[in-house]
Amino acid sequence: MSATPATTDTSTPIVEAAVPNGAVVPGSAAHTDGAWADRPIPVQTRSGRFASTDPAAFPAVTGREVDWKLSPVQALRPLIDGPLDGSPYAYLARETPGASVDWVTPEHELVGTAGTPEDKASANAWASTENVLLVTVSGDEPTSITIGRSGLDTAPRAGHTVIHAKPNSTGLVILQNSGDAQLVENVEVVVDEGAHLTVVSVQEWNDSGVHLSSHFAKIGRDAQLKHFVVSLGGSIVRVNPSAHLAAQGADADLNGVYFADAGQHLEQQVYVNHDAPNTKSRVNYKGALQGDGARTVWIGDVLIGRTAPGTDSYEQNRNLVLSEGTRADSIPNLEIETGDIMGAGHASATGRFDDEHLFYLESRGIPEEEARRIVVLGFLSEIVQHIGEPALQERLIAALEAELADGADARSAANAAGSSTAARRSPYVDSQPGAAVATGTDHVSSEPDVAAGVTGEGTAPGGTH
Amino acid sequence: MATLEIRDLQVSIDTEQGNKPILKGVDLTIKQGEIHAVMGPNGSGKSTLAYTIAGHPRYKVDGGSITLDGVEVLDMTVDERAKAGLFLAMQYPVEIPGVTVANFLRTAKTALDGEAPALRTWVKDLRQHMSDLKMDSSFAERNVNEGFSGGEKKRHEIMQLELLKPKFAILDETDSGLDVDALKIVSEGVNRAHQSTDLGILMITHYTRILRYIKPDFVHVFVDGHVADEGGPELADQLENEGYDRYVAASAEAATPAGA
Repeated sequence: MSATPATTDTSTPIVEAAVPNGAVVPGSAAHTDGAWADRPIPVQTRSGRFASTDPAAFPAVTGREVDWKLSPVQALRPLIDGPLDGSPYAYLARETPGASVDWVTPEHELVGTAGTPEDKASANAWASTENVLLVTVSGDEPTSITIGRSGLDTAPRAGHTVIHAKPNSTGLVILQNSGDAQLVENVEVVVDEGAHLTVVSVQEWNDSGVHLSSHFAKIGRDAQLKHFVVSLGGSIVRVNPSAHLAAQGADADLNGVYFADAGQHLEQQVYVNHDAPNTKSRVNYKGALQGDGARTVWIGDVLIGRTAPGTDSYEQNRNLVLSEGTRADSIPNLEIETGDIMGAGHASATGRFDDEHLFYLESRGIPEEEARRIVVLGFLSEIVQHIGEPALQERLIAALEAELADGADARSAANAAGSSTAARRSPYVDSQPGAAVATGTDHVSSEPDVAAGVTGEGTAPGGTH
Repeated sequence: MATLEIRDLQVSIDTEQGNKPILKGVDLTIKQGEIHAVMGPNGSGKSTLAYTIAGHPRYKVDGGSITLDGVEVLDMTVDERAKAGLFLAMQYPVEIPGVTVANFLRTAKTALDGEAPALRTWVKDLRQHMSDLKMDSSFAERNVNEGFSGGEKKRHEIMQLELLKPKFAILDETDSGLDVDALKIVSEGVNRAHQSTDLGILMITHYTRILRYIKPDFVHVFVDGHVADEGGPELADQLENEGYDRYVAASAEAATPAGA
């Protein structure tokens, strides 16, 4: 079983040619558009997607929408349509020099500057919040602040956070989530000119936690945002980060790591909007799936607008399938409207272990179970290592180890129950988590309005080890 | 004294075209402290021999045996073979993202010894081995083989050889892709391991170049999945002058049915 290849597809909708009744020689009649006039015109460009802060402005969610079709919509109904508690909640944060956190009103001047909800749940949260948590990073010295939430209850609630990095500041903001959650929220990230901001959102909710989150980042001139989504715990966790590269020289480095256990749904829809000259983006998400019903979704949209000559962009998603009964969807979409770019590439791969990795480690005396642990941990910790905060990295790697250990216990229990008779690994599997199955680089037509869309959907059947 | 004995080893691989026999009855005996060179043209099965000894799951053993002091190696898992004292220096070591060299080596050493090495001596040992192989100290913190040059990968393999102290090492084309300086550094490492631990060596190579730095006691010529000729170091010199043509032609003749 190898990494599931992406199917290539143009973004042009398939037009079913209706053969008109009556004997008309094909081609002799004037072309008609069939029933197109009656249909809603599909969104052609990612930036054209409907956005509003008013939930009533969105049609009812059916579960067939492009941004809902891979989500368990029924379980999310209370957050999408229901009433939400938008009052302030308890959080834990230690003030540090250069970083502050306060409740402000929704009328605060920064609210709404980074983005507008693109789905009904996000708008529901927006309209329901009574107060907005404002995190401000300022000053010349690098600073960091952790905002911990662990005291939410199981009643549906809304949240709104604005993280603001003032011009030329450098800071690290960690959003640390644990405990119960029925939470839908918006997180705006405003990175002013010349600022360097790192935002890490860690989801370690308990097993019943449900969390929908939309992050909107607006990155200013020569500013950089490093963004990390770490999703480990929770029943359904959907974090959708978007980055608007709004001014010349803006840089977005969006990363994610997730580990889905049995029954868990972990989703992320990433959107990078290159909207100014010489902007750069890197998107790198890595996930592992283990256990019956473990499900992950990654959608990566990159739009390089006509306003963004000199863009340098690359996005990738890799998934490691550790057991049977899991499903990973991985859909990179790249849309390019200008021919004058530095580079634009994407890659997606979903597969099982690379047996060559295991062989290498085992040939040095490391037992198979230990070798598996090392390979998976290494695969995932590549993202964590990139955060640049040793104490947090250490803690997250320990958390990943714990996830793996749980899975190993479950696997040996399954083996003991006789569900697997294969004592040894099945022979040589040519799976390459490191291999790119869909890569597009620099192939851009000089014509404007060229949309290069590639979708790859990896539905990984997994295998027994 | 430990002995590695290969008897009538037959190995095949599964390809898309079906099962393909590679090794067609290999006999080879290596005693600890001896250096054996296995030479042969491309595709003769040299690397298959190396990977079969190490236990790579791709290679299917159809017959024969490999014993280490009388114990059947073919019954062992890959890590058990390493614990028994076998080491394979690979031709193309894989990159392992997110796993640092220091972490990897310590884990391997711990697995082989059954206990973690004492931290102080371990760090000292590691530094010494890295400096012996002219490797920068930053090496330990890099991810295993990731972004390593060809020469760095080979030096990393030999560093493991020196650190893990096996009884027998199989060097799979360790000389390939190395410039003269790197070849010297790597060869010195192999010679150090040979002298300090009485290592037995099975050196697989296509070229005679490495034999100037690592002197073999025995040379085996490998053609079409079996040993076609054997001799002392002088056989290597002869191969350098004449190449493998003679053996390849003989093998092709033998493969042609009589009267055809």
